[in-house]
Amino acid sequence: MTDRRRVVVTGVGLFTPAGNDPDTFWDVLVSGRSTAAPIEAFSTEGHPISYGCEVRDFDPEARFGFKEARRIDRAAQLGVAAASDAVTSAFGDGGPAGAGHDPARAGVVAGTGIGGLRTLEDQIAVFHDRGPSRVSPLLVPMMMANATAGLIGIEWGLTGPNFCVATACAAGANSIGEAARLIREGSCDVVVAGGTECALTPVALAAFWRMGALSSNPDPAAASRPFDAARDGFVMGEGAAFLVLEEAEAADARGATVWGEVLGYGRTCDAHHITAPADTGSGAVACMEAALTDAGLSPADIGHVNAHGTSTPLNDAAESAAVTKVFGPGAVPVTSTKGVTGHLIGAAGAVEAVASLLAIRHGQAPPTANFDQRGEGIDVDVIAGGPRTVGAKPVLSNSFGFGGHNATLVFG
Amino acid sequence: MDRDQLLEIVREATVGVLGVDPAAVTAEAHFADDLDADSLALVEIIMAVEDRLDIQVPEEELKDVRTVGAALDLLASKVPAGA
Repeated sequence: MTDRRRVVVTGVGLFTPAGNDPDTFWDVLVSGRSTAAPIEAFSTEGHPISYGCEVRDFDPEARFGFKEARRIDRAAQLGVAAASDAVTSAFGDGGPAGAGHDPARAGVVAGTGIGGLRTLEDQIAVFHDRGPSRVSPLLVPMMMANATAGLIGIEWGLTGPNFCVATACAAGANSIGEAARLIREGSCDVVVAGGTECALTPVALAAFWRMGALSSNPDPAAASRPFDAARDGFVMGEGAAFLVLEEAEAADARGATVWGEVLGYGRTCDAHHITAPADTGSGAVACMEAALTDAGLSPADIGHVNAHGTSTPLNDAAESAAVTKVFGPGAVPVTSTKGVTGHLIGAAGAVEAVASLLAIRHGQAPPTANFDQRGEGIDVDVIAGGPRTVGAKPVLSNSFGFGGHNATLVFG
Repeated sequence: MDRDQLLEIVREATVGVLGVDPAAVTAEAHFADDLDADSLALVEIIMAVEDRLDIQVPEEELKDVRTVGAALDLLASKVPAGA
């Protein structure tokens, strides 16, 4: 393993309910306050759930211009904007090519759970109201799950491997992991990788509510409460985060600012149920063990775990059992970003990768919002009340998706 | 409806889709070269005009339209006489 190509993070960009730049995002995470609030994007009349975690202060026309903004669904707008911020933070306005990278060895891996759902919902209504001849010619490029990946390639002229990962709530983490493997295997020297999602739409809100996934807590700010006894579901969020992953020697040669290193990646499948996790967290255990093995680390080397921690009764119990199995009872501090951000679905793993990198940079792990009373069967050491000093030790970040997809990243 | 009135309707539709300067939308303007419109944008522009005039333009008749003037010719043939 000593001769394996190493992968470092040299750029970060994000648009989240907790802020649209890394410094703001960190400050909000450390505050431990939920960002859930009444939904402003659409009328929630008739919906039993009327709140979510929305991205504020994002102006698509200012980012893309009038013509392009109306040709790109919000999910891809958020993703492409986050990717651009990551690319410019790594390379400046010239992008990878301007920094001497071969565009044919520069790739994109973009995760999403769903794709351009808002546009799809709008156009289905048009179809029913006015018939097939009024359906927009832009529907296909706006709804397709791979739109973000394609648009990032176009914006920066990246002609290397370019694909979309759609593993539901594991997509953001899977994308970063698969991107790291592209660099390790020698296919790429730089990959823009992350995830994006805007499933805050009228039909999706109803659908996630109908399947029992959403919190019905009457107080929005108290609804997302990972690992807490009163947790009853997640809060739907939207957002995006992208990283620039770069081969370590190339990054070093150009004097890049390095955020951290992708030390390990694991991915497994529960092969159990289309939405419910395996009770024992067996797939998650295997995934975390695979990531640790890939990183060449033992559980004791990990400073804290950034949990998937959705605030659903099933996920948090199974994840607690899995973390306990891998690390031992109470042996590692655990935080969940989703208490603050809500659940960003296909963006979650990428946003939490940024949280993990920031935690290493600050030597602190942010608290889990709304963790007041330990839930039954929750045996992990949950960081709550305020940030905890954990030092600059490696962070293990979990993401689990409907379908039974598990993805674990280890950053150092 | 005369050609100038039709041009004004096409101009409004084009500005609504592309955000271009209205003055750039002349009969001589080339959709791709002058207005940076691709085939998807042209479909959107024609859809907006169809809605405004309550007419139908078959998709296949758009494939040879390259200029605003050509679009005006096509649309004029669909507008009922006296409208």
